[in-house]
Amino acid sequence: MTTLNVRVWRGNEDGEFVSYQVPRNASQTVLDVVTYIQRHLEPDLGYRFACRVGMCGSCAMTVNGKARWSCRTHVAKVVQGDALEIAPLSNLPVIKDLATDMTAFFDKWAAAKGQFKGATTRHDAFASVEPASPARKAADAGIECIGCGVCYASCDVVGWRPDYLGPAAMNRAWTLVNDVRDVVGTERLRAVAGDAGCHSCHTQGSCTERCPKQLAPTAGIAGLKRIVAKAAIKGEL
Amino acid sequence: MNKAISVGTQARLWYWQRLSAMVLALCVVGHLIVIMVAVRGGLSGAEVLARTRGNWAFGAFYACFVLACTVHVPIGLMRIAEEWLAWRSRGVVTAAWLFAAVLGLAGLRAVYAVVMP
Repeated sequence: MTTLNVRVWRGNEDGEFVSYQVPRNASQTVLDVVTYIQRHLEPDLGYRFACRVGMCGSCAMTVNGKARWSCRTHVAKVVQGDALEIAPLSNLPVIKDLATDMTAFFDKWAAAKGQFKGATTRHDAFASVEPASPARKAADAGIECIGCGVCYASCDVVGWRPDYLGPAAMNRAWTLVNDVRDVVGTERLRAVAGDAGCHSCHTQGSCTERCPKQLAPTAGIAGLKRIVAKAAIKGEL
Repeated sequence: MNKAISVGTQARLWYWQRLSAMVLALCVVGHLIVIMVAVRGGLSGAEVLARTRGNWAFGAFYACFVLACTVHVPIGLMRIAEEWLAWRSRGVVTAAWLFAAVLGLAGLRAVYAVVMP
């Protein structure tokens, strides 16, 4: 049996990498490695996970320099020789070891008006939404986000300016802008416009490249730029 | 968030920058073709001026080029100043306007100088 040489971030912002030897198993995931370390080598290792199958979005970490879901990342896919380096997500304050404080990440969803606001009640008829309409297709393309923070941790613009809303919040705004039932579209466009919003995106595409759900926040942000420009020309902003 | 420029203005600036980029894309291609075709055998300054003086099509093309730069470059520099230097006050807007004025005047003066007979 071979072993993995795993460097894991310990401590908060001022922490350091600590090396552990972990047995290598077939079909082993990065989450398996972290769990092994906590159960056998370092009982106080802090990290988050819940579903283990890529549904909950809580186990994202930086693995060999890139943000990934640890549960759906096979060691075989990322290991370099026998080395793994596991760190907390970038662009978020570290609480302890591999657990980050995601408050700012989720607050930005709220700041980007990420809540649906309709005008009908349960007594009204269902809205009729044509599945093949361009707006619904655009919304469908971004709707599967589970809020794992991989895109946010991969975004250089978030690193440069901490008030930038980030890809996930704007992807959410984009799906709602394309929801014909929603009634606060203009307010939302106002929230995502400007240099803390869509206009600061450099279209580098790291969010789209790293998204474990293969969503394309870059395309959504480009769409927001277009719709915001149209609203500005009409004087609606 | 930039306090000096409203989100509506920022959205319009983005629009202007995109439109000017489209114009610039055509202008740069035209400019490169002019260079490659005109300078093929080597040209002296006097020979260049002999071709450009009184050539109003040449003048219109480069005036358009200058105006597109005048719109595009100050907006881009302002974004860079905001992002790299965290310069987000009224001053950055004034500086961008001043740079636009210098760029426009210097560029149009240059076009005027080579086109006027």
